[in-house]
Amino acid sequence: MLRKTFETELQQLKDEVLVLGSMAEQAILNSVEALKKRDLKASEKILEDDRAINKKRFDIENQLMILIATQQPMAHDLRLLASTMEIISELERMGDYAKGIANINIRMGDQPLLKPLIDIPRMAQKDVDMLHRALTAFVNEDVEAARVIPAEDDEVDALYNQVYRELMMFVIQDPKSIERANWLLWVAHNLERVADRVTNICERTIFIATGEMAEIKSTDDDFWKNQS
Amino acid sequence: MTIQTLEIESQTHSAGSDAKPLGAKMEVQNMSVFYGKFRALTDINMNIYANKITAIIGPSGCGKSTLLRSFNRMNDLTPSARVEGSILLDGRDITANREDVVDVRRRIGMVFQRPNPFPKNIYENVAYGPRLYGIRRKNDLDLIVEKSLKQAALWEEVKDKLHQSGLSLSGGQQQRLCIARALAVEPEVILMDEPASALDPISTLRIEELMHDIVKEYTILIVTHNMQQAARVSDFTAMMMIDEHRSGRMIEFGETKSIFTNPKDKRTEDYVTGRFG
Repeated sequence: MLRKTFETELQQLKDEVLVLGSMAEQAILNSVEALKKRDLKASEKILEDDRAINKKRFDIENQLMILIATQQPMAHDLRLLASTMEIISELERMGDYAKGIANINIRMGDQPLLKPLIDIPRMAQKDVDMLHRALTAFVNEDVEAARVIPAEDDEVDALYNQVYRELMMFVIQDPKSIERANWLLWVAHNLERVADRVTNICERTIFIATGEMAEIKSTDDDFWKNQS
Repeated sequence: MTIQTLEIESQTHSAGSDAKPLGAKMEVQNMSVFYGKFRALTDINMNIYANKITAIIGPSGCGKSTLLRSFNRMNDLTPSARVEGSILLDGRDITANREDVVDVRRRIGMVFQRPNPFPKNIYENVAYGPRLYGIRRKNDLDLIVEKSLKQAALWEEVKDKLHQSGLSLSGGQQQRLCIARALAVEPEVILMDEPASALDPISTLRIEELMHDIVKEYTILIVTHNMQQAARVSDFTAMMMIDEHRSGRMIEFGETKSIFTNPKDKRTEDYVTGRFG
């Protein structure tokens, strides 16, 4: 087969993206778990792990630059490499969201949670589930899956809506709870953004496989409309 | 019969800043080329757009050079060669026997793979064509030589040694001299058959820059094995391949930016990504 070495390098690249993806997945789950248990040490560890995520992203970026410079990719290969550049940036940002949640936990110090966390862990679980399948679709260039996954963003948005309404109730009942409610709202917001970035990954996967560059409709606009 | 139609995003193309409407300088219609009984090319249909660079790519032996040579009737020089279908230049069929081949070749110049200056001095290399077409006055010839060498980005390097042999120049300079020679008779279309494949990378880039500079006044067709070159220099790309009868066919034609980022045909994809060829 012609270009066997290049094929092997592309496969290795995809494997590396999966590694970065699983680091982001773990960070998201761990950040919410630490918050739920109010485990500050675990949150400190997430901040440390985020540096590893950033480093991994730069390593992959470097690998991509070398492939572009040395292999002069065209057509599908070019779309794959350009899109992978985008995808690793999305994954790195997901790591930042997890870091944000860890920072919130640390800043909350010894204050108790405003309420037991139920929907927030569900959001995290749904995010990770979507992300995992989006990355599998990316590796297999599975257009069907990539077209279906973004619709599940609605579930995350619904949970966010629910958390939002619930927290507003707390604030109305007791205005002193505003700071603690705000912290949790930020956590939920970060988790809501993760699902949006999963949609971006799906868009890239469709582009790699078909060359079609199209934005998948976001339901976020509807969410904001409902708030007004 | 496969007709290579082209869906162009807009009627203007972005290669140059001047957005002129696209016009077909040449139109190839149902053209087949035979060498004796062997059909070397089958049913070629394509437009060559004015003031644009069109690249012809494809694996070795797919008929790229045969196609290029059809454009200025170089195939006439092969005794057994025969052309079916038509090639229109500004709407007029140049394959017709009544057409003056000498005039066709003046209007459609050619640059070959290996630089092939005449064993004459630099000036005479460029003045040769115009003289053949009847220009005798030294002043006129001087102007043509200077203009052509300037267009070929060679003037500055040779203006003080116009009477040295063309063969004394470097390979890259010799090729630019051949381009100047082709430009001297004021052709409308320039055919380039792997014009940089025998040159070093710097000379190659110089030829590519030169193509960009002169395409404002000419229409260029280039055959190249170098995919990166096709991607860099051309506005349109035609992909050729041989079919099961070993006859060359055009399998895809489109804007270069589409061919190299999202080709429609799997065989083009495999070729431009280096999976075969």
